Amino acid sequence: MAFIEVKNLEKTYLSDEVKTEVLKDINFSINKGEFVAIMGPSGSGKSTLLHMLGFLDKPTTGKYLFEGKTIDDYSDDELAKIRNKRMGFVFQSFNLLPRTTVLDNIRLPLVYSDIEESLWDNLALKAIEEVGILHRKDFRPSQLSGGEQQRAAIARALVVNPGVIFADEPTGNLDSKTGQQIIEILMKLNQEKGHTIILITHEKEIADSAKRIIRLKDGRIESDSIKEINHESKIQL
Amino acid sequence: MNLKYSFKSAFEALRANKSRSVLTILGIVIGITAIILIMAIGQGGQDLILNQVEGMGSQTISIQPGREPKGISDMASLFSDSLKEKDYEALKKKSNVPSVIEVMPEVIAVVTFSYEGETKQTSVIGASEILAEILDIYPSEGSFFTDEDINSRASVVVIGSEIKEDLFGLSQAIGQKIRIKNRDFRVVGVFPQKGQVSMFNMDEMAVIPHTTAQKYITGTNYYNEIILKVASESVVSQAIKEIEATMRESHNITDPEKDDFHVHTQADIIESVSIVTDVLTALLLSVAAISLIVGGIGIMNIMLVSVTERTREIGLRKAVGATQRDILVQFLLESVLLTAIGGVIGILAGAVFAFLISLILSKLLNLSWAFNFPLSAAMAGLVVSALVGLIFGIYPAKRAAAKSPIEALRYE
Repeated sequence: MAFIEVKNLEKTYLSDEVKTEVLKDINFSINKGEFVAIMGPSGSGKSTLLHMLGFLDKPTTGKYLFEGKTIDDYSDDELAKIRNKRMGFVFQSFNLLPRTTVLDNIRLPLVYSDIEESLWDNLALKAIEEVGILHRKDFRPSQLSGGEQQRAAIARALVVNPGVIFADEPTGNLDSKTGQQIIEILMKLNQEKGHTIILITHEKEIADSAKRIIRLKDGRIESDSIKEINHESKIQL
Repeated sequence: MNLKYSFKSAFEALRANKSRSVLTILGIVIGITAIILIMAIGQGGQDLILNQVEGMGSQTISIQPGREPKGISDMASLFSDSLKEKDYEALKKKSNVPSVIEVMPEVIAVVTFSYEGETKQTSVIGASEILAEILDIYPSEGSFFTDEDINSRASVVVIGSEIKEDLFGLSQAIGQKIRIKNRDFRVVGVFPQKGQVSMFNMDEMAVIPHTTAQKYITGTNYYNEIILKVASESVVSQAIKEIEATMRESHNITDPEKDDFHVHTQADIIESVSIVTDVLTALLLSVAAISLIVGGIGIMNIMLVSVTERTREIGLRKAVGATQRDILVQFLLESVLLTAIGGVIGILAGAVFAFLISLILSKLLNLSWAFNFPLSAAMAGLVVSALVGLIFGIYPAKRAAAKSPIEALRYE
């Protein structure tokens, strides 16, 4: 059984009687420990796909199995629990809570978990160290650079040790050098800690860092290619 | 989500918008302050009146003219002239009212006193020497007038300490003549300073024989009230029966429904005072409640703004595992905390104002006004303010909890 399995997934939106097909005929599966980039131009449906993979949205038809179960197998509260325990999210705009310190931001998923409170600080500190901003733990997000904010967001996604980290255009708000550093952190997490990472991007250079690229175009999979790459020497397709 | 963390994040959210939070709770603060103030003053006023009423002693019974007022239309009968000398005579007969030990008719009038160009308007009571016993106030200079003075309609007067001071200053008052209604009254006694007793301010009052009062002051042949005293509290109800029987016989009344008098005990007065102050308090409280409702609507408004402002935060929290309930509790806790803080400030402000007012009343107006902190009202205030937060917070919190995480995350 694959870790993530998508079968004939279709998503259509209805607005003012007009049917918009956002995703159609999506089929793929992802194994534990993979680093997959979902790439496509804006409007190709990649964000919608990520929302469905993250159990934030439901497919119109077709099936999406996460660890063998679909979104319909869970109640709202159970979905919240799955997102909390098994999934981590990294967003383009970081989405850190502005009023609280970096450490408190990283502890946020723990607050909603059933992990004992006495362990929270240790877990948060471990995660913050992993992304290399331990010296910023008591700062507020506004006092951090964009790269540091995204590192904090990655630490937040990491802190519950999830099965998969979904990163939605994590470099979109960063300059290319900082963006590359963020990708390197994600790669390190994938290679050293075995985290499954699903990265969404429209930038080819970023996608090239992944071992596998799923290209989307107009709501359909254009290509799904796996390659052995050395991320330091970019191979052009 | 654990409660400690919820409280912490609710506090942080409120602190992040300090001036907005302060302005928002103003309505609640004012409402709760008003409630505490009303309760404290209502209680203080009631205590004051009851203390004074009780000053007359629980063995005192009064007969008043007219039916017991049951409505506005009965009020006029209170001024009727049904209490006459024959009633007084009948009540004086021991065989008619064995439980009664003293009987005293009372005539009340407002008059102007003058002495060597000084004038003073005050109320004069026509009574007998029993008044001293009933009100427990005896002249500190001179003495009360006697039975003989009453029989002879003597023009003698016992004056309160303030009248003495106003008219005579530090000089001797006993033996001096005061002019009332073109008649000279000889001062035979001066009361010590006593303040308010029952309905009367003893310091500003003058007492003359009731016979004299009827003849020279009011020119009437009826009494405003007849006061009786019984030996002990336990015979009060027995005495009432005897008094009613005697009065009916004297007035030839067979049907109690047609009584043209009514008998009051101190307990009755205490009860009616309590009713009046309770009704007044309830009325004022309902005004304060309006302020709380308006305040609550303000809270709801601000919480809705806050929910919209923090749409992304809600989306993020949901993405990292918050359930609808977690979000609901978070926003509810914020509004409840907000109003509860308003409640606490209101309770403190109300207590301070009530204390200041009691200071002013007792020091400036010389009332024996005691400040008592209305603890039950304070607790009720805290509960009510928290309830306001709960009731008016539930709609915004539900809106927050119902937000779809994708919509929320996409919100700019």
